[in-house]
Amino acid sequence: MLLLNIDAAFVIEKVILISVILMGSLGVAMYATWAERKVSAVMQDRVGPNRAGPFGLLQPLADGLKLFFKEEIIPDRSTQFIFILGPCLAMLTATMTSAVMPWGPDFTMAGRTISLQVADINIGILFVFGVVSLGVYGVMLGGWASNNKFSLLSSIRAASQCISYELAMGISLIALLMMTGSLSMKDIVTQQHGFWKDGYFTWNFFKQPVGFIIFLTCSFAELSRAPFDLPECDSELNMGYHQEYSSMKLGFYLFAEYINMFISSAVISTLFFGGYNFPFMDQVQAAVPSGIFSLICVGALMAKIVGMILFFMFVRWTLPRFRYDQLMKLGWRSLIPLALINMLVTGGVILLTMKK
Amino acid sequence: MPVSSTHYLFLSLLLFSIGIMGTLMRRNAIIIFMCIELMLNAVNLLLVAFSKIYSDADAQLFVFFIMVVAAAEVAVGLAVIVMMYRKVHSVDINILNRLKH
Amino acid sequence: MDIYSILFWFLSAMAVGCALGVILSRNPVNSVMFLILTFFAISGHYILMNAQFLAVVNIIVYAGAIMVLFLFVIMLMNLNADVEPQKGMMIQLAGVISGGTLFLVVLMGLTTAKSELIDPRSSDIGLISNLGKVLFTRYVLPFEISSVLFLSAMIGAVVIGKKENIPASDKTEIV
Repeated sequence: MLLLNIDAAFVIEKVILISVILMGSLGVAMYATWAERKVSAVMQDRVGPNRAGPFGLLQPLADGLKLFFKEEIIPDRSTQFIFILGPCLAMLTATMTSAVMPWGPDFTMAGRTISLQVADINIGILFVFGVVSLGVYGVMLGGWASNNKFSLLSSIRAASQCISYELAMGISLIALLMMTGSLSMKDIVTQQHGFWKDGYFTWNFFKQPVGFIIFLTCSFAELSRAPFDLPECDSELNMGYHQEYSSMKLGFYLFAEYINMFISSAVISTLFFGGYNFPFMDQVQAAVPSGIFSLICVGALMAKIVGMILFFMFVRWTLPRFRYDQLMKLGWRSLIPLALINMLVTGGVILLTMKK
Repeated sequence: MPVSSTHYLFLSLLLFSIGIMGTLMRRNAIIIFMCIELMLNAVNLLLVAFSKIYSDADAQLFVFFIMVVAAAEVAVGLAVIVMMYRKVHSVDINILNRLKH
Repeated sequence: MDIYSILFWFLSAMAVGCALGVILSRNPVNSVMFLILTFFAISGHYILMNAQFLAVVNIIVYAGAIMVLFLFVIMLMNLNADVEPQKGMMIQLAGVISGGTLFLVVLMGLTTAKSELIDPRSSDIGLISNLGKVLFTRYVLPFEISSVLFLSAMIGAVVIGKKENIPASDKTEIV
């Protein structure tokens, strides 16, 4: 190929990586639905799904099959094109973020250095933010196109909630970025190498605990999960923005939510919990070949992600839902000032330590 | 034909003219506002092209400031449009011709 | 044609086509979506010119915040093609002619402009570290002033958007 001056092996490598990541996030999202039911069952002293397969492990497949075979209903007075576009956008933005995540360290195979990151762009976090800020379109357009007042109310709620909490999220991240000095996800992970260095933890969680708490709260709101699941508040809005949806379009919306949960767990693990780093990784690296070491690192990241997902679920089944005004008050009057103070304090500390 | 500064000049000019046409053609205040955003973006595009040609970061910072001003402008402008809608229950700018009579 | 030119023509066609869609579609929601696509095309141009930071900021600020606000307002007012006000044919024609005249006049003025080839190789002036250095040294005063502008715009929007205090006796009339 004359036009594209890229070697074929590189393209094949990236295509394989992209498909593995896509399949992986779909698989994790699928079993997140199962885990959610099991967790809720355990917390409410029930059994949960146990019919399809051992421990109900085939339940997600059965659910998917059911959604596939359901009748597809498009409301008569809806805007058809936008109605179909809504769930597609939700799914697209949910899967796009995984492109800049570093899933593991580089390893060499057959003389090639293979990177476990689809694209190492120097503005990785901003890319994540851009995609997250686009995520609201799926919900807004779907809710509006349904031509149903409850859907519309729900989508307006979702949009205002997302915009409000994106602010606090961004400001809390600025404090973190001032410490890392780089916006590339790869650099941020490399800086958190290992667990303990020079007498202090390397993970950003120990350097930015306040920022972490703000970021976590905001990601609950961005995911519109309990206690901030106002867009799906069934006691006020019947069901939410996907009320008029049926069949696989509904499936896309529900599924996109779980993919979002997976991705935001991955982002939180990468930014605050060292990504694929784990304690004593240098000793392990010396002991095993690079390919296996990369696999262990991916496993460490996955363990962190699963931990985060479980945390999201525990919170959902423990805390009651906020009221809408409480949600807005929390975002604008507590989190944003707190994030600003955190940013100022971080800046001051950096200034003082730099002068020494 | 390799891409030159003239290409970007014409593209930006075309987008700007489309913005002007939209402003003159439409009566919906929100669409007119959107056309103004389009014109601002056409200018931004040209500034980035110049920054690329002369390898100068200043033009990109101008784009940054234009975005800042546009965001502030949208916040106030949309508030004005919402207020107007509350008063006259329409976003048609032709209703706002009381000074004529 | 090299890959740069192909991408340039594709993105330009997308930008111009979607910009025409903004002004020609009757439904305001469609206009908003066309404008978002235009912004994406312009962001694509930025990436082509190695201004990655501006490309992402363009998407975050315009597509992610400003257009959401527009969509929000349109949804709140429940505007659709049926209530969309239309100007008369003559006025629309006048608009097109004046816009086209502007295009032609500036085009004629630009024909003698010096044409500089765009270097398709990547440069690092658009990187965030580079932009940040210039922003916080040479342009630090405009930067601070723009933050004051933001604050005043925020207060202004709140003041304008606030519901006026209606005396209790008048409330029934308005309902």
